[in-house]
Amino acid sequence: MPLPPLPQSAIDIGASAADWRAAVALSGAALARSGAAKPGYAGEMIRMIEDHGPYVVIAPGLALAHARPGPQVITNGLSIVTLTEPVSFGHAHNDPVRVVLGLAIAEGGAHLAAVAAVANIFNDSSAIDRLASATSAEEVQQIMGVSSS
Amino acid sequence: MKIVTICGAGIGSSGVLKVNAERALRSLGFDASIVAADISTVRTVAADAQIILTSAEFVEAIGKTNADVIVVVNLFDTSELKQKLNDALG
Repeated sequence: MPLPPLPQSAIDIGASAADWRAAVALSGAALARSGAAKPGYAGEMIRMIEDHGPYVVIAPGLALAHARPGPQVITNGLSIVTLTEPVSFGHAHNDPVRVVLGLAIAEGGAHLAAVAAVANIFNDSSAIDRLASATSAEEVQQIMGVSSS
Repeated sequence: MKIVTICGAGIGSSGVLKVNAERALRSLGFDASIVAADISTVRTVAADAQIILTSAEFVEAIGKTNADVIVVVNLFDTSELKQKLNDALG
């Protein structure tokens, strides 16, 4: 099952964010840099959380920022932002967030294989810790099982 | 048996939940079809569901239902999923 593309341009190591909005904005900026989404996608990801709450914090320390497929998405893509200072999303159990995984999905129907590939990586419970302490984009790609060509 | 996973967009977290719940059910020896959906479609998608898997944020919006609503905290923790599904199905 193919993981969505995670090029080095979509990886932001040791970033600083003042709050969860800034953290999600960084993850959107990384998706825009890699060409997976338009800059406006970040705002859509933030709106999802404003509308529905911090449910995107799906495991301790990890937020899966995403919005619906739509005109702001160019192609399937992942981004990873690691934060030097963890930020709170207001989640009852899984705060604070150290790693923001950004996900852009171009087509609603075809996303499950991509999501399953992401799930496979994080079913190893050490993956979040290893990502949070990674010091280079190459190391993040290695943890995610992406070859850093 | 029908199980529905619910999140905000119907992709992302409900997809993760679907994949991991299928895994948990298989290891429990159950065979189920799981549908990932977004909260705006819960009325129709979950009308005949036995179990709804979701995050705490959506419980209120799901409202009254005949299904067992199971709140999952760590979507990647298959032992949490296994235990909660086993409690609901056992």
